Amino acid sequence: MTETPQTDRRKLVEVRDLKMHFPILGGILRRQVGAVKAVDGISFDIFEGETLGVVGESGCGKSTAGRAVLRLYEATAGSIRIDGEDIATLPAEVLRKKRPAMQMVFQDPQASLNPRMTVAGIIGEPLDEHTNWDRKKKLARIYELMDAVGLNRDFANRYPHAFSGGQRQRIGIARALALNPRFIVCDEPIAALDVSIQAQVVNLLEELQDQFGLTYMFISHDLSMVRHIADRVAVMYLGKIVELAPVSRLYDYPLHPYTEALLSAVPEPDPSLERRKDRIVLKGDVPSPANPPKGCNFCTRCPKVMDICHQLDPETVEAVPGHFVACHLVSHPQTAGRTGGAEAEHNQMKTQQGEVA
Amino acid sequence: MPDGATPVLDVKNLKTVFATRSGEVHAVNSVSFDLRPGELLGVVGESGSGKSVTMMSLLGLLPSPPAEVRSGTVMLGGRDILKIGAEELRNVRGREVGFVFQDPMTSLNPVFTVGFQLCEPLRKHLGMSKAQARNRAVELLELVGIPDARRRLGDYPHQFSGGMRQRVMIAIALACDPKVLIADEPTTALDVTIQAQILELVKELRQKLGMAIIWITHDLGVIAGIADRVMVMYGGQVAEHGPVREVFANPAHPYTRALLQTMPKMHGARDAKLRVIEGQPPMLTRQPAACPFTARCAHAFDRCGRENPARRDIGHAHDVACHWDHTTADPLTAAEAPA
Repeated sequence: MTETPQTDRRKLVEVRDLKMHFPILGGILRRQVGAVKAVDGISFDIFEGETLGVVGESGCGKSTAGRAVLRLYEATAGSIRIDGEDIATLPAEVLRKKRPAMQMVFQDPQASLNPRMTVAGIIGEPLDEHTNWDRKKKLARIYELMDAVGLNRDFANRYPHAFSGGQRQRIGIARALALNPRFIVCDEPIAALDVSIQAQVVNLLEELQDQFGLTYMFISHDLSMVRHIADRVAVMYLGKIVELAPVSRLYDYPLHPYTEALLSAVPEPDPSLERRKDRIVLKGDVPSPANPPKGCNFCTRCPKVMDICHQLDPETVEAVPGHFVACHLVSHPQTAGRTGGAEAEHNQMKTQQGEVA
Repeated sequence: MPDGATPVLDVKNLKTVFATRSGEVHAVNSVSFDLRPGELLGVVGESGSGKSVTMMSLLGLLPSPPAEVRSGTVMLGGRDILKIGAEELRNVRGREVGFVFQDPMTSLNPVFTVGFQLCEPLRKHLGMSKAQARNRAVELLELVGIPDARRRLGDYPHQFSGGMRQRVMIAIALACDPKVLIADEPTTALDVTIQAQILELVKELRQKLGMAIIWITHDLGVIAGIADRVMVMYGGQVAEHGPVREVFANPAHPYTRALLQTMPKMHGARDAKLRVIEGQPPMLTRQPAACPFTARCAHAFDRCGRENPARRDIGHAHDVACHWDHTTADPLTAAEAPA
């Protein structure tokens, strides 16, 4: 991390070899016959005050990772240190005391707000749970939070249905802020919102980060929004982090073929650029996490697949300081010349797009 | 793009209202557009802008009540399809106009095989025999790039992935060789790499089959990649319309301009802060005498609150419904741009 001063910064979150496997039960005795390896051994750090973007397609395990980091799931293996303490092994009562410092903003503001509670009730609930303040003090805090996220105080006694999608997401953010957290996992916080509203919510999250010194894990499938908000980005594929780098490095010099394909698939609002683009179109679909392929998880779709990819799962290496990647092209460059020829050809479908007129 | 060719679809002054408890909602307000043979018209707008309701109104797909297509003409194949009977309209749907919906899971019937659902329009509309229909169904699945097509005819929708289901939907829409294909957010529910596959497929199919396509989306990036012309909708009206390069290079409506600016870029320097469009999309519960964008518009002046702007031609086949002149940044008087 030569180009970034982040080494001097304190690590707030340290995740090591985190695994989250969900059992598949079968037979009349409902015995475990397999496991969905939603998250399969991921490691990363989040520095204090930074935003780590986590991108990937649906089913890659990014949301599961976010939930497991806050221990909303009991992780199968691995350690999660937040502020120096391994929360993966803390007993329930001790964990509860830690909860105020780590919060979550959910994707669907419709589903994550109780329709029978007023806005004041929703934002104030964490205060009921974790403080013994009197009503007046709580109400003052609720108003303060509503101001911070740009909600009109007069609406404190209304119910969620009376608000638009963007405003509901503000309610969810105010609730997450109630207990002065240091770390917030934002799980697709803008995916359910209209384009013109997304920018409002992202700007709000950035303002709040500056104001309160928050650390974010920002999970999203929107690559252009992540480029805007994140300091560093982790790319996930089938339960693993395939690449992790500072945002400008990742977008300008992607090393993993999956990252390359993912970035090239994003359509851009510029017709001349869009039609000249050398787009990498991946063939086929993501394999099932219950039955991942042998070797590298991406070997079934990789345009640059080699023989070794079918046998060995690539190790994560630090290709450039701060730029981590798990790919044999990087870790075994000597074999890169001997590609799996025909198969790589088959997986590759580069299209030089001419004018379709 | 064949300019001046007779349009395959010509929509004029379409108005659709919904009766609700809190009054009438003017979901589509005097929308006019045409579709020329072989072209792809992109329709962009946020939820509630009226883009889907417009297309559903054309084909009588909205439940009535509460919906009512109050006025307008929709010329297709030399007749006004708003005036024809239910039986004839059923023949238009599927046979002359194919429809692809957003969510391929809910628009395919889970209890019938994909083969059955593909053969149904072929037998109903084209009167094919069972064997003929099956052979054509295999051809169609191959056309949309589904491997091992003959065997997969017997599979149910849940046995297909999201991208494959959307390919099946496209195959069904193409079954009767329609002149017009309407695709309503066909890639919104899909991941970007799968979306890229579907976009490639559509480009390929256009070259092979040459049908005219209406593509509804909220993603300006998708439009930039595939459309010939683009129509931007806001508040149930057409805000701006023109050739895609022209509209992206010289956006004239403050809404289009703002929309292009709020989108974060994939290249170049990062903006410190995203531009935002303040406020919320409008409620359309009353007939808007004002421009629907007034409350959120950076350039609004007194006239915008009084008169709903008519679409005015600004050259290069580009038109905009706005009282503000984007070239001079001046408000226009009634004489310069009649409402």
